[in-house]
Amino acid sequence: MAQYAILIYDTLGAGGYTPEQQAASKRHADDLIDSGAVIAAYALQSADTATSLRGDVVTDGPFIDSKEVIAGVCIIEAPDLDAALELARRNPAVQWGRGGVEVRPVAGGIGPIAR
Amino acid sequence: MTTAADAGQAVADAHRREWAFVLAATVRVARDLDLAEECVQEAYTAALPAWERDGIPRSPAAWLTTAARRRAVDVIRRERTFRSRLLLLVEPEEAVDEFALGALDEQDERQETVDPQEVVPDERLRLIFTCCHPALAQEAQLALTLRLVCGLPTPDVARALLVSQQTMAARITRAKKKISTARIPYRLPRPAELPDRLTAVLGVIHLLFTAGHTAPSGPTLMRTDLADRALHLARTLRDLMPDEPEVRGLLALLMVTDARRATRTSPDGRLLRLAEQDRSLWDRGLLAEAQELIMAGLRGGRAGRYLVQAAIASLYAEAPTYAETDWPQIVALYDRLLSLWPSPVVALNRTVPLSMAQGPTVALAQVEALEQDSRLSGYQYLPAIKADLLQRLGRTDEAAVAYRQALELTGNEAERTFLIGRLTERETGDA
Repeated sequence: MAQYAILIYDTLGAGGYTPEQQAASKRHADDLIDSGAVIAAYALQSADTATSLRGDVVTDGPFIDSKEVIAGVCIIEAPDLDAALELARRNPAVQWGRGGVEVRPVAGGIGPIAR
Repeated sequence: MTTAADAGQAVADAHRREWAFVLAATVRVARDLDLAEECVQEAYTAALPAWERDGIPRSPAAWLTTAARRRAVDVIRRERTFRSRLLLLVEPEEAVDEFALGALDEQDERQETVDPQEVVPDERLRLIFTCCHPALAQEAQLALTLRLVCGLPTPDVARALLVSQQTMAARITRAKKKISTARIPYRLPRPAELPDRLTAVLGVIHLLFTAGHTAPSGPTLMRTDLADRALHLARTLRDLMPDEPEVRGLLALLMVTDARRATRTSPDGRLLRLAEQDRSLWDRGLLAEAQELIMAGLRGGRAGRYLVQAAIASLYAEAPTYAETDWPQIVALYDRLLSLWPSPVVALNRTVPLSMAQGPTVALAQVEALEQDSRLSGYQYLPAIKADLLQRLGRTDEAAVAYRQALELTGNEAERTFLIGRLTERETGDA
């Protein structure tokens, strides 16, 4: 088994999600939990609340000035890339036409720490 | 006693014909593309003196597979602790490996070579589908297919795909690293995935053939070796997946196109139009073989885009002269192709037979409509076709403008010479 990060991207300034979209996200989250593949998953506040640091410079906004910004991240466990892509494909963000997901193998890290 | 020349020839033949089989069979044992490649390379190197000394084996593929796998097993055993820390290829069915290792041990004891086709299932499809995995960029798919499936050394792959050796080496290394790091599995697609995955494989083979058939730039129209490799790949795929209609369709398309290879250019390298080509020189055997595939495919009723393209090309080739081509039938096949593959390039190509069936005015109107399609901007064949239609309508000044546009867009020397010729013909008034 290997770990993959699913980075969820959304269009900057696309606005909030409709109730249907929120329901779809909730269903997807439940499916992920049921699949037993998810290790951790987080949705982030909108990118205009981000603060970036580069050397000594502090800037308001996301690190990379681009149309699409990270909206969430999910760490899953899968036997291979095909299986990871299969899970990632089910993310509703892939189908909404305002963003998508990127799948990257995890090189190492610290797991969620229980408090 | 085998002469050095005979042994050399046998090794070269085995390299061309059996590389993919030997490598794919070795990958299953090595579970690492680089290690497998190294071992197969060593096996080919060892084959030359061994075959010269002991004679050419009954099955060169068996000999090479046994030698390569044995080397792989040796390395793995020697470096077991070291290698276990490396990322290995992901293979779902571990049992096969154990079986293969066991079979090799038995062989060692018996000191004989077992025909790998009896021991080892044909693994070439796994190799092909892994090289053409959609998580790899298409340029990486092309490079890996040439490197791993065809066994071309990296400098040859670089030359074939028109990039520097350094760029190609980096591209291949990066692709292999992605396969192991992202764990692209070394497996066959499931039935549900097969259509898409097969489309990717067919696309790679077609692109290799096209690159070989019309080099996008450079002095000669054809890099025959690349076209040969692609044709060989298509034949291999047909042998491995005989029931897939589009596999047969692609093979038929490549065969029909290749049958005209000798006549595409004049002895001085000038590009010849279909109308000017000497039909008596076309490879009738190849055309007949293609025709059989096409008829069987059309009867099968699941005709895809490659099969219909093959049917079009075959219909062109069937006519005794260019003028006697069955234009309405070709237009009808193009309509069918457009419904399967709604591409502006197909719509543009359709205007050529349309101009023969219904006249240049009708065709020109469609070309002008297609000019509005941004996907065709920069596509050199659009102004070339337009120029030809204008020329036939006697609108020579406009034709000259279009020829110049086409000229600006093509990098292939033979095609440039052709277009310059068309321009000069017009200017000297004997068009």
